[in-house]
Amino acid sequence: MSARRATGRIVPDAERRKRWLTTPEGVALPFVLASRGTRAAALAIDLFLVGAAMVATTLALLWMAQGLGLNASTKGPAGHALQALAIVWFVVMFLARNAWFLAFELGPRGATPGKRLLGIRVAARDGGRLTTEAVIARNLVRDIELFMPLVFIGGAASSGGDTDLASWAGLGWFALFMAMPFLNRDALRCGDMIAGTWVVEAQKRKLGQALSLGGAAAGPSAATGAVYRFGPEELSVYGEYELQALERVLREGRADTMAEVAATICGKIGWSAGAGDERAFLEAYYTQLRAHLERGMRFGRRKADKFA
Amino acid sequence: MSALGDRLAGWLGRGAAEDAARVEEAALRSDRFRLEREGDWKRLEQIVGQIERGRLKRLSDEDLLALPGLYRMTASALSIARETSLDQALVDWLETLTQRAWFAVYGPRAGLGRWLRGFLGGGWGRAVRSIGSDILIALLAMVVGTVVGWLLVSSNPDWFYALMPSGDERQPGASREVLERTLFGNAGQDGLSVFAAMLFSNNAQVSILAFALGFACGVPTLLLLVHNTAMLGALLWLYHGQGLTFELIGWLSVHGTTELFAILLAGAAGLHVGRAIAFPGNRAVLDAAAEAGRRAALVMTGVVLMLIVAAILEAFARQLLDATMPRLVVGAFMLVFWIGYLFIWRRGK
Repeated sequence: MSARRATGRIVPDAERRKRWLTTPEGVALPFVLASRGTRAAALAIDLFLVGAAMVATTLALLWMAQGLGLNASTKGPAGHALQALAIVWFVVMFLARNAWFLAFELGPRGATPGKRLLGIRVAARDGGRLTTEAVIARNLVRDIELFMPLVFIGGAASSGGDTDLASWAGLGWFALFMAMPFLNRDALRCGDMIAGTWVVEAQKRKLGQALSLGGAAAGPSAATGAVYRFGPEELSVYGEYELQALERVLREGRADTMAEVAATICGKIGWSAGAGDERAFLEAYYTQLRAHLERGMRFGRRKADKFA
Repeated sequence: MSALGDRLAGWLGRGAAEDAARVEEAALRSDRFRLEREGDWKRLEQIVGQIERGRLKRLSDEDLLALPGLYRMTASALSIARETSLDQALVDWLETLTQRAWFAVYGPRAGLGRWLRGFLGGGWGRAVRSIGSDILIALLAMVVGTVVGWLLVSSNPDWFYALMPSGDERQPGASREVLERTLFGNAGQDGLSVFAAMLFSNNAQVSILAFALGFACGVPTLLLLVHNTAMLGALLWLYHGQGLTFELIGWLSVHGTTELFAILLAGAAGLHVGRAIAFPGNRAVLDAAAEAGRRAALVMTGVVLMLIVAAILEAFARQLLDATMPRLVVGAFMLVFWIGYLFIWRRGK
């Protein structure tokens, strides 16, 4: 879990959780694994909601039974009907947890409310289709990972001192299950391993305007009317890394940073541009640098940064 | 160029001439690439956004039909953009959009209800048959366990106390009357509490445990199966001593055929996963485990359903049927039903 690479540069957390998947079309897509904390929080939200739903249903049924004058000591046909209802209730409670997760994860939105709230979702580890079987497998195993240890701990607590070796072994085994997300690089829990899935962040992003289309990118500066043209030597001092940095500066649009960057570029290419028209200058330089680099790309020459 | 302009107008809903002019104006080839396709991408974004917000029903058929095509187009545009464009904002956005569409296109195909219908209508049996060899191994372990339990206790009755939980009136030396009482005359018992106890208790746990322990290469699953059926063997020996074998089998079979079947399947599912982990063959261990796990999970879903059926049988049928013959009939019927349903009945093949 080293946060540093050989270069000594600190790798940001999101970068460390980044994984590449290849879709069936052969396109590699970057995914960011959800952090363990996020997943635990999503689970807590879901369990709370399931619990609330169960309690609400139970109360509603009890209220209805009371309204009809039924109670546990009712005999005769009404009593039998009550018993049948009670069985249905038991089965529903028994299945509610799994049904909750399955219904939401198999539904069109593909995530439980907890996951949706925190912006994460389940994906197939091989980049292919997330099958129904996989979703069922990962949810079925949750019971074993999460609830069996609780049952065991409860059992150990109720049996007092005379917990035998087998119970301890069982407890250890399930503790291992519970700790599994901390024991592997991809934070997979047992259910994920069994199902061939993992949990990733569902990202959203807005498309920014192309910088090479507006302002002084193509024509003269609006402020001064000057037209900036750069020659090949002036454009070949920088690479893609610098181009992206320039793109960020232009998108942020802070006057002092732009002035600084413009001065640096002028110094590098031996120009002496006056102050006041930095934005137009940078837009023109950005567009022409991009055109220059993209032309190189089409011929199979890429320039990663100014040192390349 | 006017054809392109018309297409653009359709995509963007703006003035055709204006857009065509923008494309022509763009100095960079990569910008022309972007402007020509942006309308399709935006449409895909809008469709995916609707799906993410759960408004699937509000999408028109046209949009739904267009989704896979738009997704593939966007994915290939992403590949091209990565190689030809240095517009970082565009490449990042296309990555995210392709990802969101990928979730929509390659998500689970069937909802819970549809899947359940397929599962009960043949999918369950298929899953069970696909782990046939593991079922044979688990069955062998259970038979061996029963025989071993019997032999152990018959050679030395002290084994009985080692196998069975203490504090039960069913123990060596118990009279015939005591044993008989455990089998018959419980009709007055509250079925509901038995049902609840059954559902959340021992045998349900044994089944889930048998599956969970499969992860340790299947060895503990075998031990668990042997241990639990050894208890059965010991119990059989005990009742045999008082000439109640037949009655005990009747008592057990009402729910036992369903329940032991469930334990058998759960054990087999555990073994299936365990075997895949121990002997993954040419695949990576995780891949092998995932493949086996998906099959085993289907079987386990069925096991959970069987346990509910067993709980209902134990709580009610056994209390209602207070004689051996009807109990045997019900038990045998359930056994035949499960075997027929899971192994013989095939659909669509």
